[in-house]
Amino acid sequence: MRTNFKTALLAAALLMSSGSALAEGNFWMWLVNFSRQKEVQPVDNKAYKDECGSCHFAYQPGLLPGKSWAKLLDEKALADHFGEDASLDKDTLKEIYDYTMANAAEKSYFKRSRKIALATEDGEAPLRITEVRYIKRTHHDIPEKMVKGNKDVKSQAYCNACHTKAEEGIFDEDTVDIPNFPKRD
Amino acid sequence: MKLHKILMAAGMLLASSVALATPATDELFARYKAEGAAGFDAARGDKSWHKESRGEDGKLMSCATCHGEDLSKEGHHHKTNKVIGPMAPSANKERFTDVKKIEKWFKRNCNDVLARECTAQEKGDYLKFLLGK
Repeated sequence: MRTNFKTALLAAALLMSSGSALAEGNFWMWLVNFSRQKEVQPVDNKAYKDECGSCHFAYQPGLLPGKSWAKLLDEKALADHFGEDASLDKDTLKEIYDYTMANAAEKSYFKRSRKIALATEDGEAPLRITEVRYIKRTHHDIPEKMVKGNKDVKSQAYCNACHTKAEEGIFDEDTVDIPNFPKRD
Repeated sequence: MKLHKILMAAGMLLASSVALATPATDELFARYKAEGAAGFDAARGDKSWHKESRGEDGKLMSCATCHGEDLSKEGHHHKTNKVIGPMAPSANKERFTDVKKIEKWFKRNCNDVLARECTAQEKGDYLKFLLGK
């Protein structure tokens, strides 16, 4: 009996310690994970990082719902991507498309992605990060002079201008540092 | 031997002025020729590199708008300000080593700056110009 109890403890400890490494890749891992991921899953696809990240901050797939990614990552849409030609060859496009589909906000078990997915109305497909309801809501009280009127920020679309750990998928308020303005408590 | 020295100096001069080439650019030059381009000219590439035309938002822009004037230094994307690695192969070993990458950016950037794709001739001239940097 006693050994059985010990084994159970060991198994539980193993589950707990491996939890953070495995994160919440699926529902079961999410259920047994005692250090739940609060943020957004960092980008872990090379093609995505290279292709999207060569022109702008590589927004994590978990920042937008799948419907948004589907609209953005269409061959025709990419030829006029917010005014720029961002066309990709078929194979690369497919890889990136599939990657975003598998990791879109509503597919992710990361807390912030869940919030983004929950705040998105049915059928809504925001194309700009600044149109995402959750992001709009969490940024609404930031004065314009700190963003638009700030030469080192210019737009909320440049996440990493203020979110110092944006590349790691961390958007926590403690990691925010707005250029040209003292750190807020 | 005077002649010997002159020849050597000429040889060295030639070696230093001859543009670098990579297997990727060799392949592309051959491809552009097959597509009808005839001989590539760095000076012509230089000229069109700096030629301004109206971009999508009505502002005048050229290749230098994003890549900067000093090609051995980093450039910045005109909208997102994202850093663009130096274009000069002398400053950036990875430049012009990947055929697919070169063609991808020619397609995108010609469309963005000139609102059309570049001809084989233009692309060859640009490459010739950039390889000498």
